[in-house]
Formats: sequence, C-alpha cells, structure tokens
Amino acid sequence: MGGTASKLPKELLSEYQELTFLTKQEILLAHKRFSELQGRENGPYGSRVSMEKILTLPELKSNPFRKRICYVFSTCDLGDGSLSFEDFLDLLSAFSDSATLEIKSHYAFRIFDFDDDGTLDARDLEKLVNCLTGETDDTRLTAEEMRQLLNNILEESDIDKDGTVNLSEFQHVISRSPDFVSSFKIVL
Amino acid sequence: MAGRVGFHSDLITDIESPADEEGVHDSFCQLIEEQSHDHHDAIEMTSLELEEESRDDVMHLESPVYLRVDSEEPQHMECLIGGRWSSDTLKVLSSMPSRTIGRSRGAIISQYYNRTLQLRRRRQSRPSIQHFPRSARPSIRGHRVETDAEEDDNKRERLVNNLQNLSANDRVRMLRAMPLSLSEKKELRMLVLNKAEHSLSQNQIPCCSQLKYYIIIAVRHGWYGWLSFLSSLQLWQTALKCVGGHFGTGVLSYFLFLRTLLFFNVFLFLVTGLFLVVPQAVVAPDPGRNTSVTSLWGLEVLTGAGYFSDSLMYYGYYSHQTLQPKHSCSKSINGTSCGLSYNMPLVYFFTIGAAFFITCIILVYTMSKSFGQSFRIDKSKGLLAIKVFSSWDYKVSKKSSVRLQRANIGTQLKELVAEVNREKLKFSVLTRLFRVFIHMLAWLMCLGSTLACVLAVFYFSEHMHKKDVETRTRTSSSDGVMLKEASLLAVPVLVSCINLILPGFFNAVAWMEEYDSPSVLNYVSISRNLLLKVSVLGVLCHHWLGRVASDPEQLGLQCWESFVGQELYRFLLMDFIFMLLDTFFGEFLWRLFSQKALKRKRKPVFDIARNVLELIYGQTLAWLGVLFSPLLPVVQIIKLLFLFYMKKVSLMMNCQASGKPWRASQMTTIFITLLCFPSFLGASVCVTYTMWTMKPSAGCGPFRGLKTMFQAGKLWVQKLAADNPNLSWLASAHSYLVENPLFLFLCAAIFLIVIYFHSQVVDGQRKIIELLQEQIENEGGDKKFLITRLQDIHERKRVVSPRGVRGASEDSSYS
Repeated sequence: MGGTASKLPKELLSEYQELTFLTKQEILLAHKRFSELQGRENGPYGSRVSMEKILTLPELKSNPFRKRICYVFSTCDLGDGSLSFEDFLDLLSAFSDSATLEIKSHYAFRIFDFDDDGTLDARDLEKLVNCLTGETDDTRLTAEEMRQLLNNILEESDIDKDGTVNLSEFQHVISRSPDFVSSFKIVL
Repeated sequence: MAGRVGFHSDLITDIESPADEEGVHDSFCQLIEEQSHDHHDAIEMTSLELEEESRDDVMHLESPVYLRVDSEEPQHMECLIGGRWSSDTLKVLSSMPSRTIGRSRGAIISQYYNRTLQLRRRRQSRPSIQHFPRSARPSIRGHRVETDAEEDDNKRERLVNNLQNLSANDRVRMLRAMPLSLSEKKELRMLVLNKAEHSLSQNQIPCCSQLKYYIIIAVRHGWYGWLSFLSSLQLWQTALKCVGGHFGTGVLSYFLFLRTLLFFNVFLFLVTGLFLVVPQAVVAPDPGRNTSVTSLWGLEVLTGAGYFSDSLMYYGYYSHQTLQPKHSCSKSINGTSCGLSYNMPLVYFFTIGAAFFITCIILVYTMSKSFGQSFRIDKSKGLLAIKVFSSWDYKVSKKSSVRLQRANIGTQLKELVAEVNREKLKFSVLTRLFRVFIHMLAWLMCLGSTLACVLAVFYFSEHMHKKDVETRTRTSSSDGVMLKEASLLAVPVLVSCINLILPGFFNAVAWMEEYDSPSVLNYVSISRNLLLKVSVLGVLCHHWLGRVASDPEQLGLQCWESFVGQELYRFLLMDFIFMLLDTFFGEFLWRLFSQKALKRKRKPVFDIARNVLELIYGQTLAWLGVLFSPLLPVVQIIKLLFLFYMKKVSLMMNCQASGKPWRASQMTTIFITLLCFPSFLGASVCVTYTMWTMKPSAGCGPFRGLKTMFQAGKLWVQKLAADNPNLSWLASAHSYLVENPLFLFLCAAIFLIVIYFHSQVVDGQRKIIELLQEQIENEGGDKKFLITRLQDIHERKRVVSPRGVRGASEDSSYS
C-alpha cells in the first residue's frame, strides 16, 4: 500500500452519513476495508473492485447469496457484479442495524429474484430453497417435498393468486416476521 | 408500455364469442390494435417499448437478460391456464406496475413523489403565505401539485421540489429510505440543495431566521456526533459479533439480555451511589453506635457479615439526621442550618422511590417496543413462507456454522412441510386419553416437586431461625463463631441447589411427555421454571418480612434491615458460585464425558431459556435488596461482568448451536416481559410493602424513630406546609391522593377501559384485513382473466394475419 492512503474528504463523509444508515465509524471502517480490497491499485477511489475480490471478505465468503448480493448492489453497466465504493456503502447501509424494514425487504426481494423479472416465481423459489438448504444430498429436499413446499409458500403468500410473489406480497409476508430485521444484518 | 387503459366493470360479458370484436370496449380495441394490427408495426413498436424499458431499468439489469425472456421458452405460469405466452403477452406481463415497482427507477421515484406529497400535506396544514407571490392563491397551488406528468425528468423535478419543501429531518429520512443507488441519491440531494440555495438567495431572509438556520445545522451536527459517540461506546461489540457468527441470533439474545441487565444495574448504582453512598461516605460516621465486631477474615466475603456489616454497604450505616459537613459550619446549633444540609432520611426514601420509578418506566417502554415488533394483528399463519424468506441469518460467517445453519433450516423445512401437509392423525379415544393422562401426571409431578421444595425451604429456614435464636441465648465461644457464620450460608446453599437440580428434573419430565411442537415445549418449561423460582422467592420474602422483621429482638438483632441486606447478599453470591459450578460441571465436564466416555460427536447445547431465567432470578434479588443494601448493584455488576466472559468462554469451548428452531424476537419479548412482570413487579411490591407497613428498627438506619419509612416523606410534606402556608395544598393533596386507595382503583379502572377499547380496534382491523385480502384475490382473478383473453385474441389474430415477420424472435416462441 504505497503512496498516500486516500482519505475520505470530510464533506463526502457527512454526505454519506446523511444519505445512508451508517454511522461515521462504520463509513470509515468500510473505507478502510474497501481500500484493502483495492490493494496495490491506488487509483481514484471511484474505481471498482471485481466481484471475486469482494467475495473474499469474511462476512460474505460463506454466504450462499453472495453472488446475488454483488449483482444487486452493483451499478456497473457490464453487469459483472463489481462494486464501487458507493455500491459497497449501499450494501452496508441496507444490511446495517438502523436500516428500515422497507429497505431491507426491498433488497431482499431483489436478492431472491434470481432471474430478475420482478417477481418470485416457482423457479426463483426453488433456487432460493436450494440455497438455504445446501448442496449435500442429505440436507436437500426431495422433489416431492420441494413441490409441496412451493405449493405451500405460494398458497400462503400469493394473495392475488397469479402464481408469483411480487414485491408487495413479499413485503407483506416479511412484515409478519419479527426476526427478519435482526437476521438481515451484516456488520463489518 | 401498454398505455393506461380504463377498465370498466361491464367490459366483456360473453366469453363464448371472443371473435366478436364489437362487444369489446373501445379502449381495449385500441390495445388489440396496437398489439396485433400489423406485424411490422407491432414489432417495431414492441421493440421500441423494449428499448424504452431497458433504458428505464436501473443499475445493472442488462438488456440481454431481458431480451432472453423473449427468445427462449416462455415461462410457465402455474396458476394460470398453462401454455405458452406470446412474447407480447410476456412484455405486457413484465411491464406491469406490480412487477416493475421494485426495479425501475421511474417507478421508485414516482412512489416516493407520492409519499413526499403526503408527508408535505400532513406536515403543512396551511401553506405559509410568505413563500408565494401574492398572485398565487393557495387553492391553485393545491391543484398545481396534483397534476400528474408522465415523463421521468418531470417526475424527478417534482420529487426534488417536494423534498426541498420538507423539513430537514424529513428530507434526510426520505432520502435515506429510498431504495436507489447512492450516486442517484447524491444527485437528488445536490439538486435539492442547489434549489434551496437558489430560493434562499432569491428571497430576502431576515437575519434572525438565518441565525435559526445555522443553529439548526449546528444542532444536527452535534446530534450526529453524539450518536456516533454512543455507538462507539457499544460494549462488547466484537465479542457479540463473534458469538453471533458462530451460534446465531438465539444465543446472541441471551448475551444481549445480559448486557441490558448490566445497564439497568449501572443506572441503579449511579443513582444510589451519587445520592446515598457518596454523601454518607464524605461525612464522618455516627459516633454513637455499637461497632464491635467479631469476625473471621475470609468468610466475610461469602457471608457479607462481620467487617462488612457496619459499612456503607448496608442500611444500618446511614444516618437519620440531616447531614452537615463539619467544615462548612462554624457552629452547629439545633434548628439553624448552615450552608449545605442534606436530609438523609428524605433523600434515602426518595432515591429508592425514584430509582424504582425510572426503572419501571424504562422497562415498560422496552417491553412495549419489543412487543410491538413481534405482535402481528392478522391471524394467518404463513409459517413456511416466513421461514423461507426470513430464516437465513446473514450475520453467520464461519463456514462450519453456515453449514450447520443450512442443515438446521433444511431439517426445519422438512419438518414443517410434513407437519403442514399431514392429515390430522386421528388418535383413537384411548390414545388421546392416555396422552392427557400423561400430561396431567407430568404437571402433577412438577407441581408436587415445586411444592415439596418450597416447603423444604420454609421449614429449613424456620429451623435455622430457631437454631439461631437458641445460640444467641447461649454464650458464644470462639469455636462456635465459625460454625455460626457458616450456618448463615445454609439456606442460600439449599435454595441454589434447588434452582440447579429441579430444572433438570423438569427437562426429564418434559422429555417423557413427548411434546409435538418445540415451541410449546419451550413455553411449558419456561412456565414451570418460573413457577418454581417465584414460589421460592415468595417463601423467602415471607421469611424475612414475616419472621425476621416482625420480631428482630428474638435474634438479638439491632438492625433487621442490615440482616436482610446481608441475607440477600449471601443469596446473590451463592447463586453466582453455583452458576460457576454449573458451567464448569454442566458444560465442560459433560462435554468431556460425552465425547470421551459416550463417544458422542455432538457437543452439549446451550440452554437459553434456563440461563435467562437464572439471570432474571438474580436481578430480582438485586432489586429486592437495593432498599436494604445500597451497594448491592455493585455486586450484581461484578457478577454480570464475570458471567459474561465465563459464559462466552464456556460457549466457545463446549457448546454447539442448537438444532431446534428458536424464534429470537418473540423469546426476547417474553424475557423482557418476565423481567417486568413477575420479577420487577414482585420486587417493587415487596419494597413498597416494607416501606409502607414495616416498622424500621429503632437503633440504626435513616428511618429510626419513625413509625414507617413512608412517614419520612409525609413528615417532610407536613413540615413544608407548616413552614409555608401557601403549600398547604400539597399536604392535603398528599393525604388524598397518595394515601387514599380509591384514587389508585380509579386509575386502574381507567387503564383497563383504555385497553379494552384498543383491543376492540384491533379486532376491527383484523376484519378489514380479511376483506382486503378477498378483494385482492378478486383483482388477481381479473388480471388472470384479462391476460388469458389477451393471449387468446393475439393467437387468433396471428393465425389469421400473414406470416411476414421481420424479426425471427416472434416465431420461435410458437411451436
């Protein structure tokens, strides 16, 4: 890490504080970790870090949704999941302690929407359940169990009975779950 | 984007003849024409729409993904009549507002535009006239805001306009809550600030409101600084993160609860320390007192007696007079007060009262906040959906814990699916009776054992009491002193043993009962443990207040309050020692035993409910003892600090995450409720009873000579009224409100009525929710119907019209 370590200018810091749910310490810590990820390339801090590097963070390394998280928060036009520092702050803000239920449910919906079509249909839900239960054979659900589970989920959460769960229905289900806010957290 | 089509209720009445285009509403005609008139046009238009939408899509959604929907097999929609959808139908589907609201920036902006509008309307009941040119009437302004422009930029401008007109706090909150990317939020903010500056420079703001503006900014900066300072003070942040990462939210809630209790005790200590301990420590102790103590060093820490019995720690040390520091008075004459005077009895009374009152308020506030988060109005179950969407704990970061979590979730999902889909097993009458019998037997056993232990404590304490009385009549020899001191520890040891052994017994009984659902098992075991602890504490309170306090001369005690304080100290300490032993034997040795001897691979599981109940029990003792021993919170603080590190180390070494589901936030609510209701309420009832009815000892303490402790306050009010005739209303108010029980009954009745009204409101809201769900279902049915009709019409048109298609993509979606 040669040369001058890029410090975050004060106005930018206060602007980030106003626009995200992070406190000053959290933003500075995020800046430090992000600079470490950037490594030797001490380019302008607007440069992006590739997805592989982001996935080396210990908080994300073992998360089954890590790739989706990177895709959702990335603003790169190429769609390769690379994050700039502001995307990284967005990520931490959505996963922070003080983020509202609405922001968290919004991003959770987009993370679970594997095919990015704006709703969670049966295929999205199946992929979601497989992510949750894991890869090994003894923890996976059998085909029959999966079918029943998907039917049950759609029965419980699809209010307008169109076969998919859209954002409002998802938020409605989430609002009934008191554990969501406390479990949808990542702290550096 | 399919344009806004006005749907009327009498749209298509007959399904039999869909080819009959005249029967279709004219706006629908337009839609059909758009979609199917000419292929070239259709494709051009649809590809135009496509481009528009992909421009509209925010962030990173690449157009190739979107287009792929077009060229691949269209997705099957299970609930709608199966079949392939044409690409146009798909486009219509995917650009429906319900699907784009989460992704398209325009949709988010217009949603937040509406919200800021509502917020503005709510905040400003009347528009402030001075911001408008004279010619604009308020009514016109209202209309102007409502005109709806379709374009994106226009919407954005209006959003910026709305944001600018909100107060700074609201604006910050709105900006934060918008699910847009940070760069866009920065842009919006810059626009808003530019506009604000622009408008500021335009109007001449008088200097005082500019000053107000600067003050507000300074206050806000100070507030942010204070918040970040507070968050940096977070105690044990890294340790908690470590525990959460390994074991998940359930075990973490135990440690968070411990931290909450620590803060309560720190608060209690600050209050009593500042107002009671420090003034008394500064002033020299009362000269006329019996200070001879015979004690053995070493045993004192355990018994709290001996050297400690005449120290700041206990009630007996505190003076009953008005304290006056020596150096501030040249001569102290009765009746003249010089400089600082500190009415000790009054302060003691009010400090304890205020500490309890503030603790009560904080507890009730925490409880209601926690309750509000976990209580939901509508009764619908939705367990599986909730489990799938919200059960992943993102804080867990260690690979093995992630694997464990996945295994847990998999098991729970399988169980839940089996449970939900299982046909209700019809138990035969005999089996059902048998199960009821087993449950009754189990309850009988638990209650019986509780009763037996309570009686044991009762008689044993009576026996020790009598023995104590006997030994006092005899002359004490130096040999007997050690035995006497040790015998003080007998009852605490017995109670702690009971607290240790009986929950294990309850667990065994519950295992025998074979409960179906783990949550019911949790509740049952918590209630049994709670019953045990409450009854034991009840018996002990009766012993102290009923036996010791009523007749202190029997024991030769000059100061029964100090004695009770010492007893509580001993109980607290024994509780701590037994918890240490339990952690060591129960977790460490059990792990060694089960791994080496029984060769089991799984480590023991951390029993959250039991540990939390132990914490609540200890806190109840501390609250009971504050009146008698103002330094008891210090003991509790030290105990909690030790406990935290000990439990954490033991957890890391010996335990593993539980396989049972643990609904963390519901459990946290229950624990806070238990802390408030049996624990704090019981302690405050006890303390109030003591202050109201018990006669304080005549030889020691701040209330000597008075009939009850409560009299201190009453005398002071009367003295005030006597000195100052204007305040006589205070005395009469005191006697009518505080001493008259009718007032309290009235208050309680009013609270009950308010609660009843609120419960009726909740019922009404439940009914409304059901109606709304039905309505949404109907709307969904409408949507399905329309989509299928659209598809039908489109298919029919395709068959009819020629095949000259420019783009190949259309054809590939058909067989």
